[in-house]
Amino acid sequence: MSLKIDQDHSRFRNIVRGKIRDNLKRYISQGELVGRKGKDLVSIPIPQIDIPRFRYGDKQQGGAGQGEGDPGDPMGGGEEGDQAGDGKKAGKDAGDHTLEVDVTLEELATILGEELSLPDIQNKGKSKIIDAKDRYTGIRRVGPESLRHFRRTYREALKRQISMGAYSPEKPVIVPIPDDKRYRSWKTEAEPVANAVIIYMMDVSGSMGDEQKEIVRIESFWLDTWLQRQYKGLESRFIIHDAAAREVDRDTFFHTKESGGTMISSAYKLCAQMIDDHYPPEEWNIYPFHFSDGDNWSMDDTLACMDILKQKVLPRVNMFAYGQVESPYGSGQFVKDLREHLGKDERVVTSEIRDRDAIMQSIKDFLGKGK
Amino acid sequence: MSEFALKTALPQYLRTEQERIEKFAAAAGLDFFPTVFEILTYDQMNEIAAYGGFPNRYPHWRWGMDYEQLSKSYEYGLSKIYEMVINNNPSYAYLLEGNSLTDQKLVMAHVYGHVDFFKNNFCFRSTDLDTGGRTANPAVRPEGYDPNRRWIDKMANHGSRVRRHVARHGITKVEEFIDHCLSLENLIDPHAAFSGKSAPPPDEEDGDQEEEVPRLRSKDYMESFINPVEYLEEQKQKRIAAKERAKKTPEKRQRDVLGFLLEFAPLERWERDVLEVIREEALYFVPQMQTKIMNEGWATYWHSKLMTEKILDASEIIDYADNAAGVLATSGGRLNPYKLGVELYRNVEERWDKGQFGKEWEDCDDLDEKKNWNTRLGLGKKKLFEVRALYNDVTFIDEFLTPEFCRDQKLFSFGWSNRNDRYEIESREFKAVKEKMLFQLTNAGNPFIYVDDSNHDNRGELLLRHDHQGLELRADYAKEVLKSLARVWKRPVIIQTIADGKEVYLRFDGREHSSKTVAKA
Repeated sequence: MSLKIDQDHSRFRNIVRGKIRDNLKRYISQGELVGRKGKDLVSIPIPQIDIPRFRYGDKQQGGAGQGEGDPGDPMGGGEEGDQAGDGKKAGKDAGDHTLEVDVTLEELATILGEELSLPDIQNKGKSKIIDAKDRYTGIRRVGPESLRHFRRTYREALKRQISMGAYSPEKPVIVPIPDDKRYRSWKTEAEPVANAVIIYMMDVSGSMGDEQKEIVRIESFWLDTWLQRQYKGLESRFIIHDAAAREVDRDTFFHTKESGGTMISSAYKLCAQMIDDHYPPEEWNIYPFHFSDGDNWSMDDTLACMDILKQKVLPRVNMFAYGQVESPYGSGQFVKDLREHLGKDERVVTSEIRDRDAIMQSIKDFLGKGK
Repeated sequence: MSEFALKTALPQYLRTEQERIEKFAAAAGLDFFPTVFEILTYDQMNEIAAYGGFPNRYPHWRWGMDYEQLSKSYEYGLSKIYEMVINNNPSYAYLLEGNSLTDQKLVMAHVYGHVDFFKNNFCFRSTDLDTGGRTANPAVRPEGYDPNRRWIDKMANHGSRVRRHVARHGITKVEEFIDHCLSLENLIDPHAAFSGKSAPPPDEEDGDQEEEVPRLRSKDYMESFINPVEYLEEQKQKRIAAKERAKKTPEKRQRDVLGFLLEFAPLERWERDVLEVIREEALYFVPQMQTKIMNEGWATYWHSKLMTEKILDASEIIDYADNAAGVLATSGGRLNPYKLGVELYRNVEERWDKGQFGKEWEDCDDLDEKKNWNTRLGLGKKKLFEVRALYNDVTFIDEFLTPEFCRDQKLFSFGWSNRNDRYEIESREFKAVKEKMLFQLTNAGNPFIYVDDSNHDNRGELLLRHDHQGLELRADYAKEVLKSLARVWKRPVIIQTIADGKEVYLRFDGREHSSKTVAKA
């Protein structure tokens, strides 16, 4: 059924998408996208456009409330403060707008896919790996009691009693004997599995600040979520690098701060090595993602990077993604070099991430091609 | 009444209930406009709710935004709208299709409370469209009061007016202008409807005539004591200032900024028309903001009374209790207007039933005696009806909030703690709580902004003044609003306010913002 409001609604959607009325864009509040609360809980932000008015600043006003608690206790009863979202900044004004919804990661990925209209990924691996899966399809006469098929068992008993004349409709009593028992049985089926690995690489040199890492964290959460949905056996590997590269675990990946110079080639070398050793491209869908602020040590090293990419990485991967996080210190040169040298290769996807608000667009850049 | 009832598509079983409930409500003393119930599916409900209760509004994206929010939170099972009722004569109320019968009955009973409130509370007199009623004393209701409140038609007319402009000038242009107007939407005088036309300017008088300040008669030797020179000088300055002021537009500061712009801003005809629409609609919603607690409290008081005493049968009581608990729940320490309102009404009723008011009661400081105070006065019901007619939220809280109530209801005041980066409970002291509450309610929590001068510095610049009450304006928003203001005024605009502790002029000249400290006089 069409509603009168559809027109207004689609105008609003178009404003949010940035198609019309550009001047309104800066009033759109997105809140924070990710907040993995508890296990799979996430808050879904609903875009809101706040029309500016003369009003008081948010925090000075306060107000009156009702409920338990002593002076000095936080509002809202909960530890985090209900409307404060992620504790810190999110509470500023996202609080009024963000709806907290419990969704599973699976649903979240679906929502993400719909919001960004992401295509499903075309599987490139040859699927040699076979996964065995059991399916209950048949019936047999022996088996564990836990698999006993109640109805079949009684049907057998009924059949037997009728054929033996021991059954009377007036007094319908059916007593199975061990011979009547039937059990569910299974067949093992072979199921091809698509395997994928994400190799995250991040520049942790001095110029990458906390905010830049936070952006990488949020972005990689969404990439993980999406690819998780596309591939059953998804592995993630993490490489950090400054002048040298090394493999680390997830936690270290997001929390390391090094200083010193940047040799991007070191990470690419390690990445190529990793693919060589563990991930034969016939069996794996490989996704290297590299995040940096675009600073590299020297042009020579940049050229070395291009070489490694061309020779060793690109031929084996589904796509190579490079996300450049804007930082006050980085020159941002690398993305330009990359585009210059490999811009024509459609396996290379680059994206510049200015700030948190740009994350959505960047995810779309990365995943929009369905590779 | 039945004439309206017949026009709806309400199923028979609900109409039977409506008639029943209407009888109970009338018998209990409620006095309401004819009320029409419509039954809606949830997306129709969301649509109408997004339009602020009206089936037809002017085109604007923000209805779409509200719609999205409503329908998403419905789809995720977070909330649903049970009822909606419009202040209109006859009043329209919407029921959600698929609600249980108990819920529908509750909603109906609730709605009659609202409609009684619309008709009888003095604030809502400002929404009477026949002018006679508006300027008359709003507290006195004429005999057979049946005002013209056909706001549904009016809003629909607004819609077609704006659509006509859209057809001529294009949606983007018109919508942009609407956005600017909405930025100024809260700069209205809530009492504009009652104030009527401003008084005609006093007759031209001969300026020279009163140049001299009148003196008191005195003996010569007493002259300098009775008419001190400084005093005379001061008076003279005052007179000069007053004369200067008389040349100014507006003569006195004017709270109705939108009205002022409508009258004096150099607008194109369609722009003026749009601005007028925005102002009228903003004024329409004022009484609902002024009486949120009272209105919801009143409706809740009556639905709970009617439901439990008359309407429900035993099998429905659990459903009802379940629902009522949800309506009255307070979560996260936020004030729930339903809860606060109904409790305060009940408190008032009890106090006037038991005679717990007046000097004697106030003066009594024996807590035990106060607790058991009962003069069997029995004026509760009478008082309730009086309160619903003559108060708004501010006066309601100001007059009837007592320390005992404050304690029993566990009210507190809260504020932002910079140290812990969160909102914290500040106090449970009666005085502090009441103060915060009144502040929150006064002018619906909006700052007071006045037009001060339309020819500031003799350059045709518009000067607004923020009547500072201890809180500063949000700076980034203030800048944006100035832009909208400049768009309407078409000359530089200035607001005098306090920023970071200093008194400043914030100015926008059409291209850039500037800020200047106000020179101390």
